[in-house]
Amino acid sequence: MSGRSAESGRAGSAGRKRRLVGGLRTRLVVTFVVVALVSAVTATALAYRDARTAVLRRTQDAAVNDVRTRVTAVAADFDLPPDRRSLARFAAKVSDGLGARIVVARYQDLVAVSDSLADTEGRITAELRAAVRAGDGARFQRVEWRGEPYLVVGTPVTYADGDRRTSGLEVFVITDLRAERDDTEALLDSVRAGVLPVVVLAAVLALLAAGTVLRPVRKLGRATRGLAAGDLGSRVTVKGHDELADLARTFNDTADALQASDARLREQEARARRFVADVSHELRTPLAAMTMVATVLEEDADQLPPDAARAARTVGAETARLSRLVEDLMEISRFDAHAVRLNAAETDLADTVRGSLALRGWTDRVTTRLDEGVRAVVDRRRVDVIVANLVGNALRHGAPPVTVTLGTTATADGSWVTVAVADHGPGLSPEVRERVFDRFYKADAARTRGSDDDGGHGSGLGTAIALENARLHGGTIDVTEGPEGGAVFTLRLPLRRTGEEAR
Amino acid sequence: MPHVLLIEDDASVRDGMELVLRRHGYGVDTAATGEEALALLDSPGGGRIELAVLDLMLPGMNGFEVCRGIRARTATLPVIMLTARGDDHDIVTGLEAGADDYVVKPVTAPVLEARIRAALRRAEPSGRTRADAADHAGLVIDRAGLTVSKHGVTVPLPPTELRLLLELSASPGRVFSREQLLASVWDHTFLGDSRLVDAAVGRLRSKLEDVPARPRYVQTVRGFGYRFGPL
Repeated sequence: MSGRSAESGRAGSAGRKRRLVGGLRTRLVVTFVVVALVSAVTATALAYRDARTAVLRRTQDAAVNDVRTRVTAVAADFDLPPDRRSLARFAAKVSDGLGARIVVARYQDLVAVSDSLADTEGRITAELRAAVRAGDGARFQRVEWRGEPYLVVGTPVTYADGDRRTSGLEVFVITDLRAERDDTEALLDSVRAGVLPVVVLAAVLALLAAGTVLRPVRKLGRATRGLAAGDLGSRVTVKGHDELADLARTFNDTADALQASDARLREQEARARRFVADVSHELRTPLAAMTMVATVLEEDADQLPPDAARAARTVGAETARLSRLVEDLMEISRFDAHAVRLNAAETDLADTVRGSLALRGWTDRVTTRLDEGVRAVVDRRRVDVIVANLVGNALRHGAPPVTVTLGTTATADGSWVTVAVADHGPGLSPEVRERVFDRFYKADAARTRGSDDDGGHGSGLGTAIALENARLHGGTIDVTEGPEGGAVFTLRLPLRRTGEEAR
Repeated sequence: MPHVLLIEDDASVRDGMELVLRRHGYGVDTAATGEEALALLDSPGGGRIELAVLDLMLPGMNGFEVCRGIRARTATLPVIMLTARGDDHDIVTGLEAGADDYVVKPVTAPVLEARIRAALRRAEPSGRTRADAADHAGLVIDRAGLTVSKHGVTVPLPPTELRLLLELSASPGRVFSREQLLASVWDHTFLGDSRLVDAAVGRLRSKLEDVPARPRYVQTVRGFGYRFGPL
């Protein structure tokens, strides 16, 4: 029992460790945090993208409009084909109206830049230039140059004479997008700063959720363990209407059913035991009358005709046998009903064995090898029953000499008193050895020699009762083959002395 | 001829026992119920009864009540309880009700007779009487007159308890095992009847001791038995 609980204790602590790693609580927290992170990141990404797009579009639209308006206005006073100076003037003029933006004006091979120091080639891509040259209105492109974002708007200048022919003059305006980028990045920063508290909050919420989910689960676990340990009254309180409440309700129903069937079985068992006890008990009264009358018959048998005398003796012997059977049945039913109690006191065992043999007149028929001074806390009456049974069996079924040996042994599980009863009969076959302690089991005819004193003995319950008595002491009875044949029944009782009583 | 009162409701058992006892020279009165038995004891013929064999399970008054009824009338009539219930609980209850011995049914005639003889022997004045009354710290035991008194008040004791007290107090301080007491007081050699000793000691204490749970006169020596004193 203690071994099992220690084992389950070890399993329990290992289980708890495993639970910490892969337990429901950890899983819930991780899931919550992951979900919170995914939602936060997705929402942020979407918001970032939309915000960025909106900001850029506004900037682009404004830039394209500004460029278009300004170029149209400036181009109206511009003569074609330009020379280098007029083109530079043109670029400067366009630039003047657009604020601090770099304006590049191209006419065929001529290029003029409003800011002569600026490097424009890297920012105005060939792709954009080709698109502008294709001459289909204003075009724009976002470019990254030296790590900074720029918006380049390019537009061909068309003649204002209605058919919108391209004049060959192309204007590119480079707008700095650093402010916009900083704005959107600030948004990203603020979101990034917000993720940590969100994760922490998610973890806290997960812990709270885990608590509300795990508390009933833990209660259910406790109740289940109680049930498994035999507390059939173990129940959980059902709260709410969720799945856990359903589970708790199911558990309670199961426990109810289990308790009911357990009660039914117990009731049946108790009824069966009561029946045996009642039958034995009811048999006692007629037996009491028969036993008395049989004595009278036996006393007078000598004066009866031979047939009647035999009948009288048979009635006497059978009555005695029936009495013993009823006694044994009563004793067994007391064991079954757990109505036996150990009246243990420190006892000299050599004395007890000698007493048992003397009381039954077996002293001359049994060889004894008794260690003196072996004292243990036992119920002397029950030890007497065991010894009487084992020796009686050996005398009836085995062959002389019958030897009773008393000694002590020490094994890993403690010290024991041993009483070995050996005979020199034919011994017991392994099958018989296995069943010799079964109730009403009778060994085969070879061993049953039908000796004179057999009548009245051997209800078939003797060895079963002996074993029950040994178990009541926390002991056992084993049966083995003797070294020279014959059977050896060994009673082992815990060597407890006064003060270490198990009661 | 010793005269025995058989109190037994089952006619066959009663007839069988009566037959056996009469054949062995006992005078027998029979009663089918406890009420009848007590009426018989109270009648003028009740005086000749020397011993009662009392069934436990009786219609009406049960054996325990009858035993208490008998004890209320006389402290000295030996009572042997005859029980079909061999459970420890019943035996102990019967003994505590004041029975001197118990016999579990079915019983053979020789055993019943032996027990009756032993009980009658206990009821006879003890042959081992010595000198006069001895005073043991207020408890006066008169071995000649077979009376016991405590602080001048007579304590009526049934023969078994009286014999037990005489046995123990004959050697104050000496430890007697249950088996020794069983053999010397009850004339029993049956192993395991030590419940008789324990029950009788319990009854004796309830009559003699100031605090039966902490006895002064009849003390328990754990694992060995009982002793008288030291006071």
